[in-house]
Amino acid sequence: MSGAEPKVTLELALASGLTGEEYDRIIRRLGREPTYTELGLFSALWSEHCAYKHSRVFLRALPTTGAAVLQGPGENAGIVDLGGDLALTFKIESHNHPSFIEPFQGAATGVGGILRDIFTMGARPIAILDSLRFGDLEDPKTRRLIEGVVSGISWYGNCFGVPNLGGELKFAPEYAGNPLVNAMAVGLVRKDRIFRARAEGPGNPVFYVGAKTGRDGIHGATMASATFDEGAEERRPTVQVGDPFTEKLLLEACLEAMATGAVLGIQDMGAAGLACACSEMPARAGTGMEVELSRVPQREAAMTPYEIMLSESQERMLLVAARGREEDLRRVFAKWELDAVEIGRVTDDGMLRVAMHGRVVAEVPVRALADEAPVYEKPTARPAWQDELARFDPLSLPVPADLTSALLGLLGSPGIASKEWVYRQYDMQVGINTLVMPGSDAGILRIKGTRKAVAVTTDCNSRFVYLEPRAGAAMAVAEAARNLAVSGAKPLGLTDCLNFGSPERPEILWQFKEAVAGIAEACGTLEIPVVGGNVSFYNETLGQAVLPAPVIGMAGLIDEADSRCTQWFDQEGDRIALLGPEDVSLGGSEYLWHFHDRVAGVLAPLDLAQEGRVHEACRAAIAAGLVRSAHDCSEGGLAVTLAESCISGPRSIGAQVNLPAGDRRADLFLFGEGPSRVVVSVPREAERHFERLMGEFALPWRWIGRVGGQALVIEQHGKEMISVSVDRMAYAWRVGFERHVA
Amino acid sequence: MNFGVVVFPGTWSDCDFHYVIGEVLHQPVRYVWHRDNQLSDFDCLILPGGFSYGDYLRAGAVAGRSPVVEALPEFVAKGGVVLGSCNGFQILCESKLLPGALMRNECLQYRCQSTFLRVENAETPFTRSMRPGQTLKMPISHGEGKFYADAETLRRLRDQKQIVFRYASEDGRVVKDANPNGSLDNIAGVVNEEGTVLGLMPHPERASENAMGGTDGLLIFHSLLGSLVEDGSFLKR
Repeated sequence: MSGAEPKVTLELALASGLTGEEYDRIIRRLGREPTYTELGLFSALWSEHCAYKHSRVFLRALPTTGAAVLQGPGENAGIVDLGGDLALTFKIESHNHPSFIEPFQGAATGVGGILRDIFTMGARPIAILDSLRFGDLEDPKTRRLIEGVVSGISWYGNCFGVPNLGGELKFAPEYAGNPLVNAMAVGLVRKDRIFRARAEGPGNPVFYVGAKTGRDGIHGATMASATFDEGAEERRPTVQVGDPFTEKLLLEACLEAMATGAVLGIQDMGAAGLACACSEMPARAGTGMEVELSRVPQREAAMTPYEIMLSESQERMLLVAARGREEDLRRVFAKWELDAVEIGRVTDDGMLRVAMHGRVVAEVPVRALADEAPVYEKPTARPAWQDELARFDPLSLPVPADLTSALLGLLGSPGIASKEWVYRQYDMQVGINTLVMPGSDAGILRIKGTRKAVAVTTDCNSRFVYLEPRAGAAMAVAEAARNLAVSGAKPLGLTDCLNFGSPERPEILWQFKEAVAGIAEACGTLEIPVVGGNVSFYNETLGQAVLPAPVIGMAGLIDEADSRCTQWFDQEGDRIALLGPEDVSLGGSEYLWHFHDRVAGVLAPLDLAQEGRVHEACRAAIAAGLVRSAHDCSEGGLAVTLAESCISGPRSIGAQVNLPAGDRRADLFLFGEGPSRVVVSVPREAERHFERLMGEFALPWRWIGRVGGQALVIEQHGKEMISVSVDRMAYAWRVGFERHVA
Repeated sequence: MNFGVVVFPGTWSDCDFHYVIGEVLHQPVRYVWHRDNQLSDFDCLILPGGFSYGDYLRAGAVAGRSPVVEALPEFVAKGGVVLGSCNGFQILCESKLLPGALMRNECLQYRCQSTFLRVENAETPFTRSMRPGQTLKMPISHGEGKFYADAETLRRLRDQKQIVFRYASEDGRVVKDANPNGSLDNIAGVVNEEGTVLGLMPHPERASENAMGGTDGLLIFHSLLGSLVEDGSFLKR
């Protein structure tokens, strides 16, 4: 073995992110000290990022099967059946740590990585979404981060040629030192042309395709598995550099190569690069692999085996070809001017054997790397702060004197205000499938050649998750499903990106455990399988953990694309109804945060069975053509929901709303938040039919007003609470976020 | 009428044009690889949008020197017409088939939005089925679409009616507010002196079906189809 490599010691193992115990385990497994390169392989494959060491025991609770599931978790991305010969693949992933260190490239390569996960499955990407969380907007550093992240996403996605269909942009001081950048990609694949990341058939050649390998991103996976200290920004060299043009060529070349029948298996070289692909692909197939690193295309001189194996250079794939079909592959990749080099072959001995100029530098069982990382069930503890948070009663605060001003304030709060500044920088139409662009509850894409459409969304209210992790995470699933339902879609599956602090702290791990349980509960009742996802731990800087954010990405099917629905009022005289329960709370609300700087209180109860009935009712009414608009009632409560329906469409239109007398306070009534609620508008001629249909679903609902005029007027039992022109609302909403950024 | 849709490395509107021409208009259409220079089978070539060669040099600069683009002057001289949209317009300017240049948007950001275009010249093969002064709704999606030309070139463009589309308000007023990228004189599209090569930044293929929000883009194709006369040549102005 290589004599030039540093001697492996316990100190070196600790420095590479392994624990002493893990290092002992490696020695026991190998029956000897690992070589330097082998240590590198273990440090990457056994990192939290790759091995899910702290999360695996909890994730087992998630339901991952269902009639529509063609591929669950464990592959590059999950796949669900669209009917006919088509299927949909989608996945969400975090790129939090790189995006904090270098916002533009960090976010750009996050998009690049998730796109590769989609097209390795044999799919053509048809949409991306981005779920973003930052610190206080008043901080100039936040603005710099947002501008960098948004332009990075814009640059990569636009150049690659995939439309951006939606996402989120949220703010909380806890994200200042640790922003969350999650990207979701969605692809369309023919069911008979699904590819998997498996190295089948000993003797088959292993090809390296795509961009050349450099020293960028070495130890990215390890970086993503530790918290930040003050020197975080000095870790810039661990961030990769993206090249969306090469990725576009790689997409076309891979799809063309797959169509030849010469490709048997394929895996993206993302986190932990070659190390990960060369061990996971054979491990899944029960085979082994040997590779000769001197053949790997390199763009820097004198790279060591360690560096080549751990490089996270972007836009690369590892591909197993059918023996005898090598020329077919080379021809396709030559056409697209990309490297395609045979670097090794599949073996039958279960070993990963890595050689450099013929000399073996690593020889490790693939299963030891890919499947035998330790699984921890670390202690969890309910944080002491939970009780204190729950004790706060928002109704101990005074009712605002001017409710109209309060509404305008909320519409202009960065969390609620229009995000057009962000999405107008994204191509939203390339591919000409986009039926509903960002700006409604869900993005909607048609499926060409069918009458169907697909709706996509990402959702999470991290304040709710912080206050009550289990209920809050269940509400994230419920809200995502509701956003699909109000668009007319039935959820097919979800992908989750679980962003938390350090799992080595029992309080954080408790949040995680509870949140996963909440997702599992909601998925169980709403019958939505989890088909893939990503855990991002260690989102803390200097001991400050982020607000926990189990972001839910969801995709659903609309049988008749023409029946799709959007969130904005459209016609004078349409009648407005509120579906769902009366129960709301100011606990964890946007109102409480915006006006009182507090995240505290108790959430409104979530009745998952009722939530499901609301979704069914929405879909039924939309499919029957009985509603002109449907809008999820979430942040900002009923008043903000009504305002958004007035001003977020192609043209603004007012509404006259009369709420019945009640014993609840006006602020709670107007701005309180709770699950399972939807505001719809119904054409006059459909009112009777709508009433009959609602009667078939056992759910609370009532008429609350009519669309029309140029003002939103909300009365309670004849007493005016809010009266404001649509122009004033639209102005507050349009500038609320944009005035903070360039 | 035979359409060819040119594919450069990094092109992404190729499939969209192919779909509109083949599936919406039911016209014969084929892809043309950037290394091909045998173009005699085609009546109309489309240079679609995208980031050819990543646009890492100047937008369209590398593609502007590719074999297919170098064959375009002969193709046009023999009676063919060329439509370049978005990156295609940038390529046509880079290859000097059209005057002027496309620079970084004035806002320094990428812009994807709906725009309105006023038809300034309805006597080209691309605009014959439009009315002069008519406004068309068509989206843009670009980071480098600010049209620029020197004073002499601009004067010539005006004199020879080479300015075909200008960004305008919905009711057809050419005003600063309607200009999404800072283009000189609100210019959105120009033709060559003969009127046989059109470049425009907006995307007609994204405005060719009601489901996509409008069909004004089809007017360009209808004009082309109506301009082709029996001997296979185009009506010129």
